[in-house]
Amino acid sequence: MNWVVNNLDLIGQLTVEHLRQSALPIVLGFLIAIPLGWLAFRFKLTRGLVLTITGLLYTIPSLALFVLLPTVLGISVLSEANLIIALTIYAVAIMARSVADALASVDPAIRQSATAVGYGAWRRFWAVEFPLAGPVVLAGLRVAAVSTIALATVGILIGVDNLGYLFTNGYQRRIIPEILAGVIATMVIALVIDGLLVLAGRWLMPWAPRRVSRARMERLALRVGEPA
Amino acid sequence: MNLFLDAFAWLFSPDRLTGSLPLPLAFAQHLIFTFVSVLIAAAIAIPLGWYIGHTGRGRQLAIGLSGAARAVPSFGLILLLVLVFGVLHKPEAAITAFVLLAIPSILAGAYAGLEAVDRRVIDAARSVGMTEWQILWKVEVPLGLPLLIGGLRSAALQVVATVAIAAYIGLGGLGFYIIQGVALRKFDQVLGGALAIVALALILDGLFALVQRLVVPRGVTAGRVKEVRATSSRRRPVVEPATK
Repeated sequence: MNWVVNNLDLIGQLTVEHLRQSALPIVLGFLIAIPLGWLAFRFKLTRGLVLTITGLLYTIPSLALFVLLPTVLGISVLSEANLIIALTIYAVAIMARSVADALASVDPAIRQSATAVGYGAWRRFWAVEFPLAGPVVLAGLRVAAVSTIALATVGILIGVDNLGYLFTNGYQRRIIPEILAGVIATMVIALVIDGLLVLAGRWLMPWAPRRVSRARMERLALRVGEPA
Repeated sequence: MNLFLDAFAWLFSPDRLTGSLPLPLAFAQHLIFTFVSVLIAAAIAIPLGWYIGHTGRGRQLAIGLSGAARAVPSFGLILLLVLVFGVLHKPEAAITAFVLLAIPSILAGAYAGLEAVDRRVIDAARSVGMTEWQILWKVEVPLGLPLLIGGLRSAALQVVATVAIAAYIGLGGLGFYIIQGVALRKFDQVLGGALAIVALALILDGLFALVQRLVVPRGVTAGRVKEVRATSSRRRPVVEPATK
């Protein structure tokens, strides 16, 4: 464990870098997934379209997506933008489905009541449907956040430095504690972010049942699978 | 788009049948690693998942396990196991990593499949005198099969993606072309390799989707009410194969 003690600086630096690289895809993915999820929920035609396309994108193995994207978009393979766009795509794929499920979980009677007391479509969505869909949306966001943080480490294979650097560097130098430190640091920040999301959820949605979201999350995770 | 033409040219060039790693061999390696790992993981996770689903014991453990597993960086796990096992045992180390990564999805699929079965159906089975084994094999397992196949599908796709990354340690498989190509700046090869991996993933996904549809018991399909509008979809995931 000497290696870890001597290199705390490096680990700290890479952790910050890692957080920065994963935060953007999580936030962007969330913002893009809301309209897409709504489309998937609202119209039958767009439902099939959105869920099929996001499903197929999700099926693409990470390493392949990392090298396919630059060719399609005309950017360099070895660039951070490439990693961030790829991670955003996966995050959108996970969350679009969960937003659609979340909106479908809102009781139709509530939707009709809101319309009856005079809510227009736009205001009804933001003031009634979206808050009530919140717990399920949060479950999807948590899955997406944790997956994104774990997946970002593959970025090192296309030359983007983050905690993944500890894996390749540790492997080349045969330092087991270095790789272990990378694995643990990645898991710790994933679980910390997950915990923060749960707390944020309790703060924003104090009315939400605390236990239901776990079972939902499991079912959700099962359906979207897990990235690698 | 010219690059894609180059990639296709690379993929279908006769040189792909020879050289240090012929394309069909890489395909076969990739498939064998995936198949063996998913098979071992299934042998461990399915009985365990059915036990959890049937008895309801250890449910929290299964949920916690699959939650934590999502946070494990697969690339780090592979490299870690290779160093721990020693570099002479790379395939064993890699397969161990693949199995560990595949277990949570399959476990979740197995127990969620059983858990999704309507309690009244199980009570009915018990009341007509079925033993616990009969309930498990004749009621719960067939009804839970689509979700189990869904779990196997996620696991297989995850392993395909991870085998690609594992080319970094010289394991072969289709990821080899990408790793080597990036190092040598041979982008037709990189792109060709990526397309081959995508094709493999999509084919496997399609096959699993098909199987998932086929294993829905006839009684369930017959009793399924035709969906009237998208908003009534709340209870569908239980019986309908996930389209992902």
